[in-house]
Amino acid sequence: MTAACCDDCLRRGHLLGLLAPRISGALARREAPAGLLALDDADLVAAVCASPQRRAEAEAFLDRFEPGAARAALAELGVEAVCRHAGAYPTGLLELADPPAALFVVGGPERLRALADAPAATIVGSRRGTPYGLEMAEALGRGLAAAGLTVVSGLALGVDAAAHRGACAAPAGGALAVVACGPEHCYPPANWAVYEAVLERGCVVSELPPRTPIFRWAFPARNRIMAALARITIVVEARDPSGSLITADFASQLGRDVAAVPGRAGAPHCAGSNALLRDGAHVILDAADVLDVLFEGSGPRPEPPPEPQLHDERLRRVFDAVDAVDTAPEIAELCGLSASEVRAALGRLEAMGLVRRGGAGQWTRKRT
Amino acid sequence: MLATATTFTIEGVRGREILVEVDVRSGLPAFNVVGLADTAVREARERVRAALLNSGLEFPLKRVTANLAPAYLRKTGAAFDLALAVALLAASGQLPPGALDGVAVCGELSLSGEIRPIRGAIAIAQGARERGYARLVVPVQDAPDAALVGGVEVIGVPSLQRLVALLTGRWTPEPAQPRALRPQPRADGPDLADVRGQPDAKRALEIAAAGGHSLLMVGPPGAGKTMLARRLPGLLPPPTFEEAVEIRNIHSVAGLTRLPDPGERPFRAPHHTVSAAGLVGGGSRPTPGEITLAHHGVLFLDELAEFARPTLEALRQPLEDGHVVVTRGQRTITFPARALLVAASNPCPCGSAGGVCRCGPVARRRYEQRLSGPLVDRIDLVCELAPPAPLALVDEAREESSAAVRERVLAARERQAARLRGTGLAVNAALDGPLTRHHVRLAAGAVRSLLDGHGRLGLSGRGHDRVLRIARTIADLEGSELVQAHHVDEALGYRLPPALSEAG
Repeated sequence: MTAACCDDCLRRGHLLGLLAPRISGALARREAPAGLLALDDADLVAAVCASPQRRAEAEAFLDRFEPGAARAALAELGVEAVCRHAGAYPTGLLELADPPAALFVVGGPERLRALADAPAATIVGSRRGTPYGLEMAEALGRGLAAAGLTVVSGLALGVDAAAHRGACAAPAGGALAVVACGPEHCYPPANWAVYEAVLERGCVVSELPPRTPIFRWAFPARNRIMAALARITIVVEARDPSGSLITADFASQLGRDVAAVPGRAGAPHCAGSNALLRDGAHVILDAADVLDVLFEGSGPRPEPPPEPQLHDERLRRVFDAVDAVDTAPEIAELCGLSASEVRAALGRLEAMGLVRRGGAGQWTRKRT
Repeated sequence: MLATATTFTIEGVRGREILVEVDVRSGLPAFNVVGLADTAVREARERVRAALLNSGLEFPLKRVTANLAPAYLRKTGAAFDLALAVALLAASGQLPPGALDGVAVCGELSLSGEIRPIRGAIAIAQGARERGYARLVVPVQDAPDAALVGGVEVIGVPSLQRLVALLTGRWTPEPAQPRALRPQPRADGPDLADVRGQPDAKRALEIAAAGGHSLLMVGPPGAGKTMLARRLPGLLPPPTFEEAVEIRNIHSVAGLTRLPDPGERPFRAPHHTVSAAGLVGGGSRPTPGEITLAHHGVLFLDELAEFARPTLEALRQPLEDGHVVVTRGQRTITFPARALLVAASNPCPCGSAGGVCRCGPVARRRYEQRLSGPLVDRIDLVCELAPPAPLALVDEAREESSAAVRERVLAARERQAARLRGTGLAVNAALDGPLTRHHVRLAAGAVRSLLDGHGRLGLSGRGHDRVLRIARTIADLEGSELVQAHHVDEALGYRLPPALSEAG
């Protein structure tokens, strides 16, 4: 196999890992120039290393960098580097003003190439998704992957994890996670199951080399990669402000499509995503809407799931009320039915696989 | 000269026979008590001496030795005073021979010779009956309770002088009359009509009361979880005579100052800082725990997630078996523990699920994990409470009263009792697997509901039986002998959310 990463890019990648805490410090002191990541190695060192001692340290690193040893260390961790000069490098990233010199990949460059060749959609959203938001993210992830798309997300809690789960559960398609730390370990640790599921059929990539811990600046930097990887960025439930809106911002700067799933008007947990819609983002109600945007209706369009045929009047009323309100007492209030009638209807709908309940008794429609 | 008197001590919730032997002979004046007596028992020497002298009786200036048998059993408390005093009187010839035959004596003495009330009079009377005593002497205040136990003549005695008069045949009182146990439920208790709205929780309470099913209420603070739980004892049928005696006995043994009204079932709501021993019973001298105090009544665990996990785990076995076995040293003591479990919890750490919840996903998941566990897995019904609506608080609409709900509960319980005749069980919740399948007859549509449940909800075997039992109770409330599809559906609707279940 040819080396997927040239020495200079590999060195640049590792330099970012070394400078990550310096960048953090420079940003905290408000000394960092705009477009920091677009600077070349020497300028970057000069920009973020405040003390001569730190600067000497970084310069020494650049002088003494040994690509062979670095490659061996990566191989030991099961990580491979792919640089912007390699064939497996996703071409979408090159449209960035500051494309990552190298991507550190778990899962192999061949797989990354396959993922990058397919049309991709990025799904992002709140870490505290509501049951409805999580259902939507999972259904979108699953539907888009099933249509053969690569589903990109950030492996965060909440909506991100749900989107990955959906993509991994689909019969086809790929899952690609972009993380803000070294790609070889799972952050947040609670998502280990999602991390492993993504690696079953896709890749986890990062701009930062293995063993880089979490830094605050790395999240927006990661978001620019997510936006550039995909042709469309879909926001499911974002507050305002939020990291998901930063991703959407990058996407629109790159001229990519921005879309959002509508939420309840006035609710703070989806204020950001709703604001995107008001500003002209595509409205996404299901995976087919995404395909319509990407392929203008000409692409592979899966059959929309048929609206369940509920002949029982009571069942239908209760099913309609689920999602409008959360708990059984509220549903009873909305439908004007007795408590026992609502319970019976919910029990029936759950057994039919149409609704599900959360730990605190919130009922949601089941979409996957 | 030697004399023996019989008294009873409390072990668990039962009376245990203790023989008090007193030997009086010439020698230097001394009064020794042997037989694993604790400080309170050894202090009895001073009380007995003063009480005898103040009652105009003689305290022998001789060498007095008292032995409490069986000697291996540790004796505590002051209830041995009276037996010690009468044995001493008999041994010093102040009582006629044979005066103590067939009589058991229990009571604490005051220095003046008055007799003070004791704990556990009912347990003592039961013990006396079992050991075949014809007559039991207890403090006059405890006589009505002790007389609840038939088969032994109970005499309430106010003072040592009177007791001597009784034993010498100079006073022949009527046996004590048993305390009147009101069969009617009390009308002034907390009523369900006081709670506005919350029809879902009220329905769940009704099912829980009818079938004896345990219940978890999930709702934001202020929704009325505690208020509703307090009203559950009033929805249950009033205790039978035997149950009322058992309840009173337990509370008397525990030394509670306010004994429950004979017509009401106990309601215990331990704070979440309670220890495992406090909940299920224990201590070096085993005393009943909260679950035993709630026997035949309701055990309410508010803020379920705040209880220490080992504490809740300790509760699991008693809830299944209906009794607690406490082993301390060489002794094993069994406490009754047949209580209806009602638990309450906030939906999430901040207390308000839905739109305005401020909990992160990790915090919420951790909360769910704290709630889940083997105990929650044994909860039959889960219902949700809506946040209190300001309108509903002032709504003048008539809410159903406890009495109306109790009518339906009673009818459902009668149906269950008729069906379960001969099994020794009273409610559907007590059915085991084979009995469940035997007694729950499903209509054709109900079978399909249940099969759907298996396929899509992943019901376990235990979950399956639980749904059947609850569906049976719902059908009983409706007066239907056959369990219909909508009964099964409603039972499925009250299932434990998968996120809280370990076994699924």
